[in-house]
Amino acid sequence: MELNAISIGFVVFSIFTLGGGVGVVTTRNLFQGTIWLMVSLFGVAGYFVLLSAPFLAAVQILVYIGAIAILITFAVMLTRSVARIKERYIRILPSFIASLALFLILLLGVTVPIFGAHSPGSIPEYVASTRDLGAALVDENGYVVPFLLASVLLTAAMIGAIFIARDENA
Amino acid sequence: MEELCTGLCSVLTESGAELGLAYFLSLLVGVLLVSGVPLLTVILLIWIERKVAARIQDRIGPNRVGPVGLLQTIADMIKLLSKEDITPTAADRVLYNAAPLVSFASVVLLWAVIPFTPFHYGVDLEIGALYFVAIASFGTLAIMAAGWASNNKYALLGAFRVVALLVSYEVPLVFALLAPVMLAGSMSLVDIVNAQSGMWFVVLSPLAFVIFYISSQAETGRAPFDLIEAESELVAGFNIEYSGMKFGMFFAAEFLHVFTNGIIMAILFFGGWMGPLYYESPLIAFAWLGAKGGLIYFTTLWLRNTVPRLRIDQIMAFNWKFLVPLSIANLILISLALKVMQELGIAPRDMLSASFGDLLPATAILLVINGAMILYLLGILRKRGREARRESHEARAGYPQTASVAGR
Amino acid sequence: MVPLWMYLAVAAALFSIGVFGVLARRNAVAILMSVELMLNAVNINLVAFWRYSETSTDLLLNGYAFTAFVLIVAAAEAAVGLAIIITVYRNRRSVIPEEARALKG
Repeated sequence: MELNAISIGFVVFSIFTLGGGVGVVTTRNLFQGTIWLMVSLFGVAGYFVLLSAPFLAAVQILVYIGAIAILITFAVMLTRSVARIKERYIRILPSFIASLALFLILLLGVTVPIFGAHSPGSIPEYVASTRDLGAALVDENGYVVPFLLASVLLTAAMIGAIFIARDENA
Repeated sequence: MEELCTGLCSVLTESGAELGLAYFLSLLVGVLLVSGVPLLTVILLIWIERKVAARIQDRIGPNRVGPVGLLQTIADMIKLLSKEDITPTAADRVLYNAAPLVSFASVVLLWAVIPFTPFHYGVDLEIGALYFVAIASFGTLAIMAAGWASNNKYALLGAFRVVALLVSYEVPLVFALLAPVMLAGSMSLVDIVNAQSGMWFVVLSPLAFVIFYISSQAETGRAPFDLIEAESELVAGFNIEYSGMKFGMFFAAEFLHVFTNGIIMAILFFGGWMGPLYYESPLIAFAWLGAKGGLIYFTTLWLRNTVPRLRIDQIMAFNWKFLVPLSIANLILISLALKVMQELGIAPRDMLSASFGDLLPATAILLVINGAMILYLLGILRKRGREARRESHEARAGYPQTASVAGR
Repeated sequence: MVPLWMYLAVAAALFSIGVFGVLARRNAVAILMSVELMLNAVNINLVAFWRYSETSTDLLLNGYAFTAFVLIVAAAEAAVGLAIIITVYRNRRSVIPEEARALKG
C-alpha cells in the first residue's frame, strides 16, 4: 500500500470507524455513545467517498447524523432510568470470546482465499454515477420493485412508530 | 495527476517546483481561500447586521470604533478573546469544547461547493445540493451536544426546542430544494446555475422559493422562529454556559449561516452569477452573485427585525400542518407538469441548453399552476386568521375560556 | 490503491464490535446502536465489492443500490425500534430487554 491521498484517507477513516465503534460498545454514558456512533458512521461515509460513491456518503451523513442521531438522543433522554443500570454488561466474557472468534474467522475468510477467492488486481476505470443510480432505481429492469417496497416500508415504519410511541393517556 | 495541474499549479511547476508539491500547494491555497473568505466576511456581516437592525429600530448602531463603526466587530472579538474561558465543572469537557467548532465548521464547509463564478468554486460536486443538506445537519448535532454537555437544565431545554425546530423545518427545506434540482436535472450547483441561463427558477417555481426562504429562516433560528435565543423564556438557550470565544463561534456561525443561505438561495433560484455581462469577467459574475445574495440577506434581516416571535406550538403546527403538505404538493405538481410538458414537447428536456424563448410556454403554465396554488393557500390562511382573530376577540370580551376551546 | 481485503477486514472488525455490543450490552438503546454498527459494516462490504467488481452491465449497480436500500431499512428500524423502547420504558420503567417478558409463557 503506497502512500497517497487515498491510503492516508483510508487509515484516518479506519481510525474513525473502529474507534467510534469501540466507543459505542464501551461507553457508560449513552449520550456519549451516540456521539461515538456518529464518529464511526462518519468514518463509514468517508469510506464511501474513497470508494467513489459520494451519493451514499451524503445520504449516510444525512440519515445518520441528521436523523438517527437526533432520534437516539431523544430516546436516551426519554428513557433515563430512575434506577440507573449499575452494570453495563451481561455475560461479557462469552460475548467477547464469541465476537473475537467471529472476527478471526471473518479475517481469515477475507485474507486467505479458502473459498476460492477472486481478488481483483485493480479498480475498474468506469464508475457508475449518481445519475446511473437514479435511472436504475426507476428502471423496470432495475430496482423499481424494491424501490416501491422501500417507500411502502418507510410509510409503514413512520405510521407504526407514531402509533407505538403515542401516549394513550395524553 | 498532470492533467489536474492547471492554474497556479502549472505556474509553480514551470518555476521549478516538484509536481506533487506544486499540486499540494495550489490545493492548499484554494482551501485557505475558500475557508478564509467566509471567516473574513463574517466580521463584516456582524457589522452590517447590527447597522441594519439599528436603522430599522430607529437607532444609529455601532459608530464609535473606526469609521462608521466598521471596526466594532474587531473590538468585540478582542474583548471576547480576552474574557475568562469558563468550562463548568460538571460539563462534559470534550463535547463542550468540540460543539462550537463543529457548529462553525458546519457552516464554513458549505462554502466548499458554492460556485462564485463559472470558473471559481471549491469543488463541483455531483451531489452538491445533497451535500448542502447533509453538512447542515452537523449544526443540529452540535447544538444538541452543546446543550447536553453544558450540564445545565436551561441549556438542555433550549437544545431540545432548537433541535425539534431544526429537524422539523429540514423537511420542507429539502422538498423545496428538490424543485430546482428537478428543473435543472442535476444536483451539482454549477449545473443548477447554468440551467438558469434561460429563465431563473424563481419564476418557474415561486412557491418552492417561498417555502425554501421560510424554512431556511427557521433553520438559522431567526425571528419569527428565534426559539434559539428566546431570552425571555430560556435565559439564552443552548449556549447559556458558553463564554468568550466559544460563544463567539456559535454567534459567528449563526451570522454566517444567514448570509450563506442568502447565497444558496441566489444560486438555486436567482441564477447565481447570471446577469448582464457576466461572461466578460469573473469579477462581474462574482458581483452579480454577491448582489443577489446580499439582497436576499437584507430581506431576512428586515424580517428578523420586524416580526415578533411565535410560540413553539404555533411554529410546529405551521410546519407540520401547512408547510410540509404544501411542499410535497408543490413538488408533485411541478414534477407532473414538467413531465407532461416534456412529453408534449412544450418544455425542453435539457434545461442546460434551453434559451429564454424555449422556456416561455413552460414558464407560463408553471406560473399559472403556482398562482392557482398560492391563491388557494391565501384563502386557507385568511380563513384560519379570521378564526384566530375571532377566538382572541371572544376571549378578550370576557367569554368563559371553555367556550373558545369548544368552538374550535 | 487500497487492496480490497483491507476494506473487508475493517468491515469484519466493525461487525464483530457490533456483535459484541448486541450480545453484551444491557441497555436496549445501546443494543440498537450496535445493530447500526453491524448494518454499516455490511454497507462497507457491499460498496467495496461494488467498486472492485469488474464492470458487467447488468450487475453494474447491485452493490450501490443495495446499500441505499440498507440505509432505508436502517432508518425504518431505528424509528420503530426506538418507539418500542420508549413504549416499553413507559410501561415497565426499564430499558433492559430481558425484563420485558410479559408474553413469556
